[in-house]
Amino acid sequence: MTTPQRLAVRRHATGSETELSLDVPSDLAYVGPAVELVAGALPGGLLSARRIRFNFRTAFAEALANAIAYGNRHDRARMVRVRVEVSPEAVRLHVTDEGSGFDPGDVPDPTRPDRLEREDGRGLFVLRSLVDQVVFNEKGNSVCLTLRAG
Amino acid sequence: MSFSLKKDKRGVVVVGVDGQLIVGNRQELKQKVLDALEGGGAKFVIDFTKTGYIDSSGLGVLVSLSKKIREQGGDLRLCGLNEDLQTLFELTKLDTLFAIAKTPEEALAAF
Repeated sequence: MTTPQRLAVRRHATGSETELSLDVPSDLAYVGPAVELVAGALPGGLLSARRIRFNFRTAFAEALANAIAYGNRHDRARMVRVRVEVSPEAVRLHVTDEGSGFDPGDVPDPTRPDRLEREDGRGLFVLRSLVDQVVFNEKGNSVCLTLRAG
Repeated sequence: MSFSLKKDKRGVVVVGVDGQLIVGNRQELKQKVLDALEGGGAKFVIDFTKTGYIDSSGLGVLVSLSKKIREQGGDLRLCGLNEDLQTLFELTKLDTLFAIAKTPEEALAAF
């Protein structure tokens, strides 16, 4: 990171719902700090500590890294927008980049024997394994990850 | 997050991963292990006892290190995975690629 930028979570609460938002520069060095910042700001009681520690953190790191590397192509002039909707039923994490999107249906299964020893290509598979729902927008530059309460 | 390296009396390099192994720090782990490999180390244990989470980049770096170590005639074993991390290895089928022990002692004893 050449010029570290301070990350700040914005919080907006309406009734029983809370929304957190954060803009992340397109530098992979921000992934860890951004994940810790948002995980620490989540209202307590909705997701178990274990799911926050593992499922939420891993899925968020995965989505953020994909947005920075494949969406914004590490272009520090572009930001990744993160929005977390917390309701009594679920946590919905939206990660949006400024790239041209991709077709998630085009990503091959990384558990195939011929792909097992590849270093890359597991991100989407890991995402889908860790959360209850993964939905991309039509363009493919925004993903919504849902973790239901529990 | 940090990595610790120590050698046991038989020369096995034990690497501890404290915190997380993700896209932001995987190169640091890779470099440390490659330096130790270059320095003559052949047997490696990566200990995840103190690890909270690993993303796909972290998994990828383990795959890459395992290949490099095997190419040099060495061996890499993993240990200390909690239940969630063990499940991650099983889902990605990487449990079929790595020798995984429950504890560092078990991993060391297997060499």
